[in-house]
Amino acid sequence: MNLESMTALELGAAIKKGEISAVEAAKFSLEQIDKYDRKFSCFVTVQDDVISRAEEVQKKICSGEYISPLAGVPMGIKDNMCQKGIQTSCGSRMLYNFKPTYSATAVELMMNAGAVPLGKLNMDEFAMGSTSETSWFGATRNPWNINCVPGGSSGGSAAAVAAGECFYSLGSDTGGSIRQPASFCGVTGIKPTYGSVSRFGLVAYASSLDQIGPIARNAADCAAVLGEIMKQDKRDNTSVETRGVDLQAVLNADVKGMRIGIPTDFFGEGLDREVAAAVEAAAKQLESMGAAVEKFDMPIVKYAIPAYYIIASAEASSNLSRYDGIKYGYRAENAADLLDLYTKTRSEGFGMEVKRRIMLGCFVLSSGYYDAYYRKALQAKALIKSAFDRAFEKYDLILGPVAPTTALKIGENLADPLKMYLGDIYTVMINLAGLPAASVPCGFDSNGMPVGMHLIGNYFDESKILGAAHAYQQVTDWHTRRPAGLNSIQTI
Amino acid sequence: MYNTKVWETVMGLEVHVELATKTKIFCSCTTEFGGAPNTHCCPICTGMPGVLPSLNRAVVEYATKAGLALNCEITRYNKFDRKNYFYPDLPKAYQISQLYLPICRNGGIEIEAEDGGKKIIGIHEIHMEEDAGKLVHDPSTGSTMVDYNRCGVPLIEIVSEPDFRSANEVVRYLEKLKAILQFIGVSDCKMQEGSLRADVNLSVHPAGSEKFGTRTEMKNMNSFKAIVRAINYEAKRQIDVLEHGGEVIQETRRWDDSRDASFAMRSKEDAQDYKYFPEPDLIPIEISEEVIAETKKSLPELPEAKRQRYISELGLSEYDASQLTTSKALVDLFEQNLAAGYPAKELANWIMGEVMHMLSDSGREPEDMAFDYGYLGSLIGMVQKNEITRNTAKKVFKAVFEEGCDPVKFVEEHNLKTVTDTGAVKAAIEEVVAANQKSAEEYRSGKEKALQYLIGQSMRALRGKADPQTVTAILKEILG
Repeated sequence: MNLESMTALELGAAIKKGEISAVEAAKFSLEQIDKYDRKFSCFVTVQDDVISRAEEVQKKICSGEYISPLAGVPMGIKDNMCQKGIQTSCGSRMLYNFKPTYSATAVELMMNAGAVPLGKLNMDEFAMGSTSETSWFGATRNPWNINCVPGGSSGGSAAAVAAGECFYSLGSDTGGSIRQPASFCGVTGIKPTYGSVSRFGLVAYASSLDQIGPIARNAADCAAVLGEIMKQDKRDNTSVETRGVDLQAVLNADVKGMRIGIPTDFFGEGLDREVAAAVEAAAKQLESMGAAVEKFDMPIVKYAIPAYYIIASAEASSNLSRYDGIKYGYRAENAADLLDLYTKTRSEGFGMEVKRRIMLGCFVLSSGYYDAYYRKALQAKALIKSAFDRAFEKYDLILGPVAPTTALKIGENLADPLKMYLGDIYTVMINLAGLPAASVPCGFDSNGMPVGMHLIGNYFDESKILGAAHAYQQVTDWHTRRPAGLNSIQTI
Repeated sequence: MYNTKVWETVMGLEVHVELATKTKIFCSCTTEFGGAPNTHCCPICTGMPGVLPSLNRAVVEYATKAGLALNCEITRYNKFDRKNYFYPDLPKAYQISQLYLPICRNGGIEIEAEDGGKKIIGIHEIHMEEDAGKLVHDPSTGSTMVDYNRCGVPLIEIVSEPDFRSANEVVRYLEKLKAILQFIGVSDCKMQEGSLRADVNLSVHPAGSEKFGTRTEMKNMNSFKAIVRAINYEAKRQIDVLEHGGEVIQETRRWDDSRDASFAMRSKEDAQDYKYFPEPDLIPIEISEEVIAETKKSLPELPEAKRQRYISELGLSEYDASQLTTSKALVDLFEQNLAAGYPAKELANWIMGEVMHMLSDSGREPEDMAFDYGYLGSLIGMVQKNEITRNTAKKVFKAVFEEGCDPVKFVEEHNLKTVTDTGAVKAAIEEVVAANQKSAEEYRSGKEKALQYLIGQSMRALRGKADPQTVTAILKEILG
């Protein structure tokens, strides 16, 4: 049995059949982490109860308590999702010592399905960034090229799956944080419809945009994870009842007769030629499989980035105010008085990018500026939403690139935040509209770095997106390729 | 006092009322007052990372009730907003409140004006929000600690129009407001426990002028008396400033009751920018016409209606009826015993007399009366049946009020029943006369004062248990 090439569902089936135990699977993942993680720095925390949890899970699989197709499969969790008793740092010095007394609903649901959590995955600090370099715990590396970033903010979640350190992971996506790293690391990831996965226990960045979703080796694995976590939750007032994801429907789907729209505005200035070529080739592939592919105009695209950075920063400035050194987390020493304690704690506890967005957020919410920025951004958000509503009257899915480029070199973007923000152009508008969208591997550039295509669906059409992705993955092998260097990398 | 012919004072009130829901506004922790520090809280009300608020629908119901009882329009489509500021008692560093779409608007309460006529005090709006925790300063260590028990207790803030012209009007409004909220059961309105807190916005301007002066806001008054003192102090202070050619600074001032003065906390210049924006964690709340109609129907008889009924149907005086209906506790005491068959006027006399007397002596609020309300009726019953004298009854009531004693048992245990056996009374008086021959002689020689002395001695010998008129009659008979 070659565990290295197995998907989460394949491993789950093997565990169910008794071909391998949950404990052996867990041991394998721990070995992989041991082998590769010092190179890629995907994990911030590796739990010390992995084996005992796997033993417990195995018992419950045998007794019939755990019947999920993913029961017993090792999982990684982005470090902004609370897990009872486990350090949840959000990649920040501010929460370097924070251990929640509660678990996120998504984590709890996976635990109820028999997941074996391996530990917490690295990320951009408080999910702010597109490179996973802003973490207090250091940068995560791209398994396809360790001089490149894995994308972000769920860089650890994508890189760990690409490196085979876990079989699937939970990420979060506020402006592309699942899809862009999935694209950079050659794995499949989906951000579901806003409200379909509970945000309870997800440390907030921008509450109206944040959404939890899976990153895995293929669309079917993503469907299986979503099937467990797309549940309405009383603890999240914004969560809604959905029809969930039907794994069987995804596995049986085809794209024949599907109407796929490609916004011409997604292929304008700034898009890398090789990325464009790979995405266009994917569109041709889908067309050859029976989909009706058509180009259309969507000029609203240009408002997405300013609207996103205003709304996200505004909410972030408020959400991150609670980190004040009073109750938990980092507290500065030698403060003269209360104001000094706040100032020192927040100056020392937060990194540059977080501070930049807090200041931006405070500015756009200040009296006298609210109408000029925040209110305008909300109007742009509404326009973007209605533009997509109109598009979905004509199309089943919208296809485009996830990011304008493949993975950048470490350090390349850190010095130029504006350039980094522009890299989010295709992803942020999906969060503003609240739509579901996936990144699906569709090729490589001439440097051997993966390219992802963006499949965007209408509200609650996760099954349609993943069905199309699964059909595509039945006839392509981009998603099964492994970084060449993996086996030759020596344990340091 | 300053000259009201020259200066006019204008006030508006912001009243915070803690709602009496069982659980907090966004989590299931208890709202009970007190408790050891940080025992009534959870990750949600202490703002831990990743937690989310879940709205307690009872808060919306209570706020709707309050709005209807205060003659407000109810907002059909409600939203919450975030008010951002840093303070250790506010664990999220923002308060979930309502800025753009408050639940109630355009209400009012009728009060008696200074000239004796009626006057409507307008209510600009009522909004829902969460309370903050409390900082506890420990003087022994010099450290400050935070108690989050109060965090997330639901509040409504009732914002009046600037319709007040005197401290008396403010107190009358507050008394009415308090009574209404108590009657509809949305709050216990205990100022001492902070469940009713009033901030006063005050300005002065030359009488006759249309334009209001610069206002200040005063906080931290925890009794009606403190509010009156604070208002008088602040009006005088502003007038002094203006009469000496100065300018009133727009600022927030803190009343210090022990020093009988207020002190500037912060001026408008360093006023906070609260950076309000819509709360993204809570979806909008819609209140349907049916819910509003049902809530309206469910409102109990309000104090004003009761007051009128007490006058027209029960024959109480205007004054008694008004006083009684200022407090739900007094009304409960009255109506419970009325229902048990005791006469309205006798009950009103007792409440207006002994009960009020005991309350003012003890400095307690009516809602703090801890005795079984039925005891007042039992006591009146004993007087009616001549089992005890009125004087004895007053003494017994003290025990009822202070210790919650059952008056019937108390009278028996302390052997306080009126001595009805005239033989025994006569024997006791004869003994007194025998022991006070000098006074007896004085009386016989025409000194009326001596009789009073002998009556006193006799009552004392009988331990107050005899009817004083009977005692006087027997004494006169013996003294011939």
